[in-house]
Amino acid sequence: MVLDRRHFLGTSVALTATLAAPVVWGQANGRPKVVVIGGGPGGATAARYIAKDSDGGIDVTLVEPTRDYYTCFFSNLYIGGFRDLASLRHSYGALASVYGINVVHETAVGVDRDARTVTLSCGAVLPYDRLVISPGIDFVEGSVPGWDVSAQHAMPHAYKAGSQTELAKAQVAAMPEGGLFCMIAPPNPFRCPPGPYERVSMVAHVLKQTNPRAKILIADPKEKYSKQALFEEGWQAHYTGMIDRLGPDFGGGNVMVDPGEMTVDIDGEVTRVDVCNVIPAQKAGRIAELAGLTDETGYCPIVPATMQSRLDAAVHVLGDAAHQGDMPKSAFAANSQAKVAAMAIRGALTGSKVFPAKFSNTCWSLISPENGVKVGATYEATEEKIAKVDGFISQTDEEAALRQATFEESLGWYAGITADIFG
Amino acid sequence: MTPAPRSVAAAAALLLAPALPAGASTFGDVDRGAALWAQCRPCHEIGEAARNKIGPNLNFVFGRKAADVDDFRYSEAMQRARNEGLVWSLDTLDKFIAQPNAVVPGTRMGFPGLSDPAARADVLAWLRKNSDNPRDIPEAPPTAVGTDHSVAPEILAIVGDAEYGAYLASECLTCHRAGGAMEGIPSVTGWPQEDFVVAMHAYKDKVRDHPVMQMMAGRLNNEEIAALAAYFADLGG
Repeated sequence: MVLDRRHFLGTSVALTATLAAPVVWGQANGRPKVVVIGGGPGGATAARYIAKDSDGGIDVTLVEPTRDYYTCFFSNLYIGGFRDLASLRHSYGALASVYGINVVHETAVGVDRDARTVTLSCGAVLPYDRLVISPGIDFVEGSVPGWDVSAQHAMPHAYKAGSQTELAKAQVAAMPEGGLFCMIAPPNPFRCPPGPYERVSMVAHVLKQTNPRAKILIADPKEKYSKQALFEEGWQAHYTGMIDRLGPDFGGGNVMVDPGEMTVDIDGEVTRVDVCNVIPAQKAGRIAELAGLTDETGYCPIVPATMQSRLDAAVHVLGDAAHQGDMPKSAFAANSQAKVAAMAIRGALTGSKVFPAKFSNTCWSLISPENGVKVGATYEATEEKIAKVDGFISQTDEEAALRQATFEESLGWYAGITADIFG
Repeated sequence: MTPAPRSVAAAAALLLAPALPAGASTFGDVDRGAALWAQCRPCHEIGEAARNKIGPNLNFVFGRKAADVDDFRYSEAMQRARNEGLVWSLDTLDKFIAQPNAVVPGTRMGFPGLSDPAARADVLAWLRKNSDNPRDIPEAPPTAVGTDHSVAPEILAIVGDAEYGAYLASECLTCHRAGGAMEGIPSVTGWPQEDFVVAMHAYKDKVRDHPVMQMMAGRLNNEEIAALAAYFADLGG
């Protein structure tokens, strides 16, 4: 599709309005405009691929409040002492300097879908022909009674990487001899399905060395979880007797916390804890809700072939915020969806060829030193949802050499995907 | 990422060798080495009429500067190593095949390394015998055909659509590096198209083991594999 007249006029009017405002975000010179909200694996990948593959034919603006992005993926390895925090930090320098993306470090506070504009916290208004929203997750208020973000210093979630991750690691290090680490695990669906259990593995690895009489208690509202057999096998072998998990049958879904007293109430039984990692129920990032793109699930329904919102064809929703079907909420999935969306957007705005959507995902988890496992699948777009085609998972009883190779592969994947996201 | 300083450090390490395995001073057993060559031959040829494949041909490798085979597109890392003075000798080859990516960080050689010093001595003995005497190789030339799977000629003949390949490749580039660096995951850039097609069909037919690659290749049709081969052949430095 080439720009139609109405569309083009709309853009021009908006551009004039922007020029009249005190801040001017650069001129598109008639090029179609794409605004991307969110500089994580979904948004940054989409911005980079649209800019790179359109060879400057599309004006791309990336809106991301933080100047340094800390990846949530691999942040558990930092907690376990296998990575330093700096290795998780990525800048947007290459996206701006190599790919010509207008990187704006502001928060998007509103979307006017009729006018096709995004309003930033500084007051600037960005017009768009296509909008990409990839805001990640926010927490469902009240999902863990007694906890809200004002208590996240006493009881960190550490489910958005950075200072929260540092805090969680420091709290584990400061646990008293023989103390208790408690995790309140989230209900489905949530970001990184194996994430809570990899985190438990990493905390157990630290405690085994520094505080071997310490215990870990997981309160979990879910019957089952990702890679369960692999984690349970690993915990039994490497952290014998350290980890207890209370599933829904044992009240794991009926939990309250008191961050002031540092207590956890599981099904009426109150326990004093030394560290409490509360991972609340999740929903699409706030801006998706403000833009009116979410449904009753709290996430954004999308058209699988293009990742367009089912509620607005000018908007594409990526990653954790999307209600898309069978793919897990992961960086790999967001990166995969971003490439499908980038192709569709280029096709719509510049007339480039459009190919059938292909999606894939692989998630690696570390259980103990050099003991990596993985799960993965391929997906296709059906009318109804992104549907799983084929998949695999690591087996229990694998040899140490294979687990080590899997771990080394995960390091290569981290280097690969971060280069693919941030350039 | 700062590949350049790491490479300098690695070259220094290679010359001074404080942390890497002690270099070999003796050759091992040629016959045992012949069996080990099976690990090299998917990528390297040797002997009369040996061609450059995924890796360069290995004729006359001893005493030759690194990155010195005509018409082979080396990684930037290997070219830097050459500029820093790397010459292939028994000693430097021994260190390199022990841990290729530690000695030349960023090399596209997708081989994790041979940790057993005796095995390295054996394969180097075989290499020495055949490299400098390419006529002596007992099989018909080229002796080492870089295939581990047979693919029908009509499939090999498909001309890939590089534009489609560019889109399909975006999925590969989540793990494999566009620049060709090898870090826990093999490099796939700059391969001869035929080798690429054969390798992908080997995964698709589950002849090669790797669950991710079997899954990814499993849903690609012949045209898509050809498209990817066309795209990756021209990618990377």
